[in-house]
Amino acid sequence: MFRKMLEIRFFEEKVFDLYAQNLVPGTIHLYTGEEAVAVGVCSNLRKNDYITSTHRGHGHCIAKGADLKRTMAEILGKKTGYCKGKGGSMHIADFSMGMLGATAVVGAGIPIAVGAGLSIKLRKASQVVACFFGEGASNQGTFHEGINMAAIWKLPVIFICENNLYAMGTRQSRVMLIENIADRASAYGIPGVVVDGNDVLAVYEATLRAVERARKGEGPTLIECKTYRHKGHSRVDPAKYRPREEVEEWIAKDPIKRFKEKLLRDGILAETEFQQITREVTVEIEEAVRFAMESPYPAPEEALEDVYA
Amino acid sequence: MRKITYREALREALREEMCRDSTVFLLGEDIGKYWGGAFKVTDGLAEEFGEERVKDTPISESTIIGTGVGAAITGMRPVAEIMFGDLTALAMDQIANQAAKIHYMFGGQAKCPLVIRTPFGAGVNIASHHSQSLEAWFMHVPGLYVAVPSTPYDAKGLLKSAIRGNNPVMFCEHKLLYPIEGEVPDGEYTVPFGVADIKREGEDVTVVATLYMVHKALEAAKTLEREGVSVEVVDPRTLTPLDKKAIIRSVRKTGRLVVASEDCKTAGVTAEIAAIAAEEAIDYLDAPIKRVAEPDTPIPFSPPLEQYVIPNEKTIIKAVREIT
Repeated sequence: MFRKMLEIRFFEEKVFDLYAQNLVPGTIHLYTGEEAVAVGVCSNLRKNDYITSTHRGHGHCIAKGADLKRTMAEILGKKTGYCKGKGGSMHIADFSMGMLGATAVVGAGIPIAVGAGLSIKLRKASQVVACFFGEGASNQGTFHEGINMAAIWKLPVIFICENNLYAMGTRQSRVMLIENIADRASAYGIPGVVVDGNDVLAVYEATLRAVERARKGEGPTLIECKTYRHKGHSRVDPAKYRPREEVEEWIAKDPIKRFKEKLLRDGILAETEFQQITREVTVEIEEAVRFAMESPYPAPEEALEDVYA
Repeated sequence: MRKITYREALREALREEMCRDSTVFLLGEDIGKYWGGAFKVTDGLAEEFGEERVKDTPISESTIIGTGVGAAITGMRPVAEIMFGDLTALAMDQIANQAAKIHYMFGGQAKCPLVIRTPFGAGVNIASHHSQSLEAWFMHVPGLYVAVPSTPYDAKGLLKSAIRGNNPVMFCEHKLLYPIEGEVPDGEYTVPFGVADIKREGEDVTVVATLYMVHKALEAAKTLEREGVSVEVVDPRTLTPLDKKAIIRSVRKTGRLVVASEDCKTAGVTAEIAAIAAEEAIDYLDAPIKRVAEPDTPIPFSPPLEQYVIPNEKTIIKAVREIT
């Protein structure tokens, strides 16, 4: 888990660097600071379990097992990317890993996750779906419709609300009177759980229970992970709407730093092992960047392909 | 040959495909055993296939379609019913941004074999929220197919093709068509997408018409025949893909074109077909193209108001007379 978290962190830092060098077209929404959520959740999933993702989705892909090279190549718009350059940063998918794709319409992945859950139930399979979305999405109608439908049909879906306090520049308290999104679960008659989203083990434990419940056919769970994005909403955002003290407070609660300290304290990993993992992950990311940089762009006329299956 | 209604033809297609393929299932509001669908298309199917495969849903159009998308990309072949075509507006993100784009945006990794059945059309005095014809909205979204069956035969054959295909299909029905009868063979058949049908052969003028307007065009053709005008009625059967060749071939023969559709005139079905003819068949045309369509108003309630705005055989005859 620590290694996956580090992969995401280093990957996102590299994407930020490449962006600064004008090598990334379009925009980026970095997952830096929220790594414990994707990793804590996906560590409970099997290869053929599904996830749905969002515009801030690089971390979800990596946690579910996506190839770093093809992920980086997609972000750079290359032919070797997961979507052959047609999706980009906001639309990475790896169906071979059960990663059903990222949608950039806030809240739109929720009904799709419900449909994957229904498909599992109709096929009498033992898979589950983890559906990632932010606290902003919980104000969309799809949140209400989708969770209700999953609840009445007892579908094997785990709704993961990544509450990073801000929907773009809009602080949660300005758009809802409740503090916990998980409280909304009671409206659908399902369990709602609040966890420290910067504590990977807490996320893991909560997801473990939800996955067990889902696999037993007992229905969905809403897990709210309280977390924070270290960077702005997207590439152009200096995040001036966030008080400096608040940012510093959350940086101090960095999920990777906390997990490392715990692993050291408990004697599970030694400092030399951390250094080794850090070196290996650094090399992996460098290889991904090299692969992506050396890959060709798609031929322009490939824009006309794949409209229909 | 036996005759059955458009409604029965649709039900037969659903039933046969559900027997043939266990991944086919239905979902929608009140389609199950308590109601059988607002227009009774799914009547009896829940009893036969069970409530798991004929799923009544909450009133959640967006999530009905989104659930269909999620099921379709994970190996199922859902057929979703939206009770009235007007209500597709509630599901437009899932239709236009998700279902239509999933194959493309993910570089061809996913297939989305989702069929969305919904009735359009005016004429039964249920006003602005239950009477529109919005087929053109879906023609404007690459990645969607749009079927517009006008007869029981086409309805059954096209629905079977839609369910077996690998792309999302807006399957546009017309509420006045449900009770009409037509010949449908007993045995297995499908109607391919992108192949127009000449519903009546003629020499002097081509009328391209869809859905209920096909029947109005056929009535108009009978009247005009008595006046010595021979009308060819071309039914595209699917708007996406559109059988441009069949339309151009007919225009080449007759030299005159009227396009009739019940949707609004501006940026609508008639606009697109007229533009294709202007772009690709202008040399064959001996007269201006005429369009018969709804005059860009919401659909009003009161019968005289409603009848005034819906195109009919008289407005088709008038358009034909203007160019012959």
